[in-house]
This record gives sequence, structure tokens and C-alpha cells, in this order.
Amino acid sequence: MATSFRFALAAISLLALTAPALTEDGSGVSNFKLSNGMEVVVIPDHRAPVVTHMVWYKIGSADEPPGKSGIAHFFEHLMFKATKNHPAGEFDRKVSEIGGDGNAFTTDDYTAYVQTVSPDALPTMMNFESDRMRNLVLTDDVITTERDVILEERASRVDNDPGALLSEEVDATLYQNHPYRIPVIGWKNEIEQLNRTDAVAFYDRYYAPNNAILVVAGDTTPERVKELAEATYGKIPRGADLPPRVRPQEPEQNTSRTVTLTDPRVSVPSFSKRWVVPSYRTAQPGEAEALDLLSEILGGGTRSRLYQKLIVHDGAASSVGAFYQGSMYDATAFGVYGAPQGGDGVAGVEKAIDAEIARIVKEGVTNDELERAKTRFRRGVIFARDNSTGMANMYGSALSTGSTLKDIDEWPDRIAAVTAAQVQAVAAKYLVPGKSVAGYLLPSPEAVQ
Amino acid sequence: MIGYRLVRSFGSTALIARALLALALLMFSALAASAEMKIQEVVSSKGVRAWLVEDYSVPVIAMRFAFEGGSTQDPVGKEGLANLMTALFDEGAGPLDSDAFQIKLDDAGAEMGFDADRDRFEGGMRMLADQREEAFNLLALAVNQPRFDQNPIDRMRAQIISGIVARSRDPEYAAGLKWGEALYPGHPYSRRSQGMPETLKTISADDLRAFHKNVFAREKLHVGVVGAIDAETLKKELDRVFGDLPEKPNLIAVPDVAPKLGQTLSVTYDLPQTIIQMAYPGVARADPEFFAAFLMNHILGGGSFTSRLFEEVREKRGLAYGVDSSLSSSEHSNLLSISTATRSDRASETLDIMRTVIKDVAENGVTDDELAAAKKYVIGAYAINNLNSSAAIARTLVELQAEDLGIDYMQRRGALIDAVTREQVNAIAKKLLTVDPAIMTVGPEKQG
Repeated sequence: MATSFRFALAAISLLALTAPALTEDGSGVSNFKLSNGMEVVVIPDHRAPVVTHMVWYKIGSADEPPGKSGIAHFFEHLMFKATKNHPAGEFDRKVSEIGGDGNAFTTDDYTAYVQTVSPDALPTMMNFESDRMRNLVLTDDVITTERDVILEERASRVDNDPGALLSEEVDATLYQNHPYRIPVIGWKNEIEQLNRTDAVAFYDRYYAPNNAILVVAGDTTPERVKELAEATYGKIPRGADLPPRVRPQEPEQNTSRTVTLTDPRVSVPSFSKRWVVPSYRTAQPGEAEALDLLSEILGGGTRSRLYQKLIVHDGAASSVGAFYQGSMYDATAFGVYGAPQGGDGVAGVEKAIDAEIARIVKEGVTNDELERAKTRFRRGVIFARDNSTGMANMYGSALSTGSTLKDIDEWPDRIAAVTAAQVQAVAAKYLVPGKSVAGYLLPSPEAVQ
Repeated sequence: MIGYRLVRSFGSTALIARALLALALLMFSALAASAEMKIQEVVSSKGVRAWLVEDYSVPVIAMRFAFEGGSTQDPVGKEGLANLMTALFDEGAGPLDSDAFQIKLDDAGAEMGFDADRDRFEGGMRMLADQREEAFNLLALAVNQPRFDQNPIDRMRAQIISGIVARSRDPEYAAGLKWGEALYPGHPYSRRSQGMPETLKTISADDLRAFHKNVFAREKLHVGVVGAIDAETLKKELDRVFGDLPEKPNLIAVPDVAPKLGQTLSVTYDLPQTIIQMAYPGVARADPEFFAAFLMNHILGGGSFTSRLFEEVREKRGLAYGVDSSLSSSEHSNLLSISTATRSDRASETLDIMRTVIKDVAENGVTDDELAAAKKYVIGAYAINNLNSSAAIARTLVELQAEDLGIDYMQRRGALIDAVTREQVNAIAKKLLTVDPAIMTVGPEKQG
């Protein structure tokens, strides 16, 4: 997946929130479409004089043409270059000089551009953001320099980090056919070949209002956003209709696989195990919710089964947990991970984690632990409303991965409806030992003491 | 998720933590609308003082508090004590053992966390307004009667030691430690806040109790509260949580220290990139030249996409993904640090370019346009960086008190920044950036 293993771990606590989630009745979220097909979501929050303005394109690394890995992310960088109307850097300077914050990010399924500014700057942000949707000027010179930046970014994020290197190759093994097997940043040899022609083709195909979602959260109103959006984004002609978003799908998997990286920078071994499971968009009703709860009960923090058994009770592990990346367009990953305590190898930790999974498959989860997990999710929904940038991210990512506002609205109810039997059923159905990929990060033999 | 810009830093974790805190503080400025945020000073009947921002738009209460005295208070030979303690507050308090406490906390719908940097021991809690009493009860138990039972101590210690061992062959981590030791030889700031396996092993429950008794006192406590609670109710909760703590702390005196500059270190490691880290003198928070230095840093390398270093190193030449400078003002030392990671075969070229940019700012100063843009940013960024959640506001309220900036600081800050002249910025640039810096490179031996 996009995220390195480490990122995935860091994101665990967020998964409950970034999965289609949120909003109680009367949350005040509005949604409409511009005549050119651009979708708009407004999430008012008047506590602070701040708005978060985001444009989400429904284009991620999993949509890239074969052999062009990294183009979605590369293109995200190019969006900060000159347009017909503004020299390179002018947008950044504008954001900066009003004390705003701007950035962009790319994942397997979407690319998003964000500015957090004071509300009076919203028209300016929409002017610039809508301008670069269609008016970018790409020269060979710009492309060459930015490609070097991205190669350094890849070196910083991946090559400098053995855990990230392993994670890339675990994903390449987990997904046998789906493009989630390819890293978001791209393979180095393919990044080196990306060129102006690729960039222009990508821009013309995917950067259009009918493939974009505008999300504005914070100190504004739906009426104001509508008026401003119609005057900026609304003037851009609708692009050609995009074909349905169909990526190569995973075949049936029939093997367990292992991927091992030994590296002199590693001193404590660690391991992860992942399975391909449905995402919120692809799951049968209730299954994604059950997987979310399973991940929480199995390995979602200090009250989880893995933590209590391996760390508190046995003292066998120094870290342990589980994750479910439900907010993905296609079938996604469920994973567990752990590292041993003291000088032990990973075998004991792996065996103990397997045993805990087997126990849930055999005996299920208790109603008490299920209710506690649900309560934590409900609490997360309320806490999430405290941060409007977080709300914008949650809505944008959910909508970009095929969920609807209705899905988001109903998520708490659907979580509440999950039964212990359903949690047990998804564990039995998906966490099958013979269809997993295990990744081992090990110290170099000569470094072992 | 990968993005256009990563805020990247390295160095010892303690240094980074402090730099971030300083940055958060500095961004706090007087946007007109933020000035409307009403901060009440609340004093409980037992004399516990807190700043409160009442807000009912979300049924949540966030509390943040800080005791002065962080990892600098670790006794010699017991380094890592404060950090270990931060992990033990939800591991049993009063009549509740670890398991019972965590179940109650979960039932109360609250999240509690503690952390320690070099200078302060901080804690925070986020709770649902309708379960306020249960949550504050548990916080009161944790703050006043932590049990420090042997089982959780051993478990948390083992986890921390594992983490240290796991990073022991990571060249960036090793380099960060070396950097701290080189800048602050013999000073508590050079120590690892996490400690070392051998120091962690000496820490007993009695050591933890002694530290708790010495640091958890009311005199140097700062509290910030935001959310669905009124002043009268808060007074009762303040008494419940903090009212019975001793009045005076018993802190080890820590000397002020100037970082040792004018040295070059290199850590050889076969990495795909070379990391370059530079240190120049900084400026104290209370120094009248502080805002001039802060604006200068913003123009040099603090201003993300728009800084001079970003322009020359990344935009024009594609030598690195990130390059930043940051000004960090700690309780006992100040530093301006600059860092990047670049392809190893062009590391010396990158360092030359960085030094040329720095020299240019030192000798020729900044332009009026740059200064005007920097002022607008620094003034406007306050709300975005400090008011984006209840927890963020509570943290800021604590910072303002700890730095003794006054309850009306938000209203005053814009004018303070606007008053800075180009001459002042250029003078501080000359003063700081003409000093021979400390430089560390981490990367392959043969560098281009």
C-alpha cells in the first residue's frame, strides 16, 4: 500500500476515523455538484477563524499506466510549477504571506491539494487552485529538476529505511495482480524515465472538474462556498468522461509467502503478516465494519488481545498490534505485526500472534470486548469533530475511495449493528494462514551478537 | 501517503521536541479574530491556577498541564527516569491496579497521556463532557497516587530498552546522539532523554516516587483547559486533580549553556544519502531581538516552500527533498539549526550552496519584500497552527503561561512583530550567521 509499514502502524489509531466514518445527525455537512460535474462538500465549523480548502482528484498510483509508476505523485509535485497566469511559486508565496499552510499528498487511490487559511483568503485559494487544474505550463527543464527532487524523496523515505524497503516488497508480494503492489512513489528505474509527455498525458486525462471533489471545512457557509466555487471551478469546462475505474483485480490466492530483508541497520528483528481483505467499498454489507472491529479487538492498543497476551501477560513481545486499511477503493490489507522482547527471535512472537487469531476464529470475541471496541469508535467520532482539517481529510478520503456521504452518516449505526458472530466470521473467512504474506526484517547475520 | 513537502528534521529527539514546541509557541500571534478568543484566568479555592477557553460547540473537554522540570531532572546514572514515568500513569493508581485503571479509563470515554521533554513534564486528557466527573476522578488518582507497581515498571522498561536496542544500528539515531553530545558536552542536554539500557536498569519504584514528589508540585504548574466546562465547575476539578499536591517542587538546578559550535563531525556510513546538519547560535525567548531572529530564520529556511534555502537547494537544483532551518529556544540554551539530506555524490556541492545562502543573508541581509511577507506569515499563521483543535488550544495556553507571556499576549503579538525593522533583522543575521557553525555530515566516506 501507499503507506510504509511504519506509517501503517502510526496510522492505526486513525484508521477507525479515516475509515468511512463520522458525523451525527445535524452535523451540518452539505454537498452539491457544480454544473461541470465537480462535487462539493462543505463542513462548517465556526470555532476558529480558519478554513481548510482541499481539492481531491480521484486519481492515485493504482490508476497509473503500466511502466509509469510514480507519475501520479510526480505530477502532484509539478502542480506547484508555473501556470499560464502565475509564475512558479506565486501560489506558495500567497499562501505563506497570509500565514496559511499548503501542501499536497498522493496515495494509491487519490491525490489531494490542501491549504489552511483565514476565511477571507478562500476566494484567492479557489482562484489559484482552479487555475492550476487546467493551466499548468510544463517544460522539460522543470521536469528534470523535479524528477531529481523525487529521486531524493524516494531515497529519504525508502532507501534510508530498511522497514520501508521491506514494506514495499511485502506489498509487491501480497498483491499478485492489483496495482496496489506498486509503491506510490514509484520504482526508481521507472521514476528515472518519467518525462514531459507522460506528465502532459496524465494531466489531460485526469485533471478535470468531473474527476475532482472540493472539500471546504471550517469557518464558512455552504452558500458562500457555492458562490465562490461557481465563480472559479465552475468556469472550467467539463472534461471527457473517464472510463469506469476498473483496475486489474486480485486472483484467488492459494499460497502463504514470506519476504525477508536482512540489513545491518537492524538490531531487533520484527515481523508482519498481511492478508488481502475487502475494503469498505468492495465488502459485503457489514464485513468491513466487522474487520475494523476485529482489528481493534485483536490489536488496537493496550486493551487489545495481542497487547494483553504478548506484552502484559507473557512479556514475549516489545511491540505488537493489528491494522485494517478499510478506506481503499479496491480490496485492501489486514495485518498484524510484532517484535520480540529481549534477545529472542521473531518465531515465538509470530506463533503467539497466530495462536490469538486462531482463538478468535475458534471461540469468537466476547460481547464485552465488542461493546468496548464500539464505544471507542463512537468516542472517536465525537473527538474527530474537534478538528476541522481532520474532518476534511476524512470526508475527502472516503469520497475518493468510493464511499458516499450516506455511508459516512450511517457508519456509527453500522458499527453498532455488528455482532460478535460477524467478527468471528470475518476472522475465519479472511485470516487464513495459507493465504498470507509474512515479512521478516532481520539483523545481518554478522551483526547478530 | 506521500506528499509534496515533508517537515523533516533530525538530531536528538529531545532537541527536536523542543524545537517543535518553540515553533508552536512562536506562531502564536495576534490575528484579529483570534484575539476574540476569550481566555479566562481561573483560580480554585485551593489556589490552583488555570487558563480556560469555554466552548460548547463540541461536547469535549481538553486539559493540558505542565510541571517545570523534565528529563534534566533525571538523577545522574538514572537517565531515562522521566521518560519511563510518562508510561506509568495509566498503569495503576490509588486502589486500582493497571488492569482496573485502564478498564475504568476506557469506560469513562477519556484519553490520557503524559510526556516529558528536557525542561518540562507534561500531561493531558481529552474527555467527553457528559463523563467529565469519572474522567477527572481518574486523572486525580493518576496525578496524586500513581502506584508504580513493579510489573508495569518492568514491562515498560523492557519496551523502552527494546526500542533503544532496535535503533542502536540506525545511523541517523546514532548521529543524533553524537550531535547532542558534541553540542552540549557534560550538560544534561547532552543526555538521552530515553536513557540507556544500563541506566534504565537501575531505576526503582522508589526513584520514581522521589521524582514524582520532587516535580509534581503546584508552584511551577501550568494548566490550560478548553471546551464544554464553565469556570465554577473547573475550579472544583482543579482542586480535585491538583489541589492536594505539595506547594513547592524540589528541582535540581540546571545551568544555562551555550552550544559548542566551531566544530566539524562526520559519521561514516554507507547510506544512499548524506545528511547535513548545521548549528548556529540561537536567541532566547525573552531576548528583545527574538522576533527579529525569528523573522530572519523564516526567510532563511523556516518558511517551507518560500525560503531562500528551499529555493536554492530544492527548487533550482533538485538536490534534496527537504531543507529547513529552525530556531529553538529552550529553558537553558538556544540554537539555530539547519538540516537537509542530499544525494551523496553532491553532498559537498549542497553544503557549499547552503553556506553561500547563509553568507549572503549574513552579509547582505534580507529585502523589504521578504520581511513584509515573513511578517504576514508569522502573524497570520497563529490560528492555523494553534487553534485547530481543543487539544491544540489547551497546549498553547500552557505554553503562554510557561513562557510568562501574559494573558493578553495574543492581542499584543501582532504589533510586536510589525515593529521589527529590516535593520534589526539584518543585525541579528550578521550576529548569528557569521559565527563559525557546528557541522555534522552522515553518509558514505567518499563524498562528491
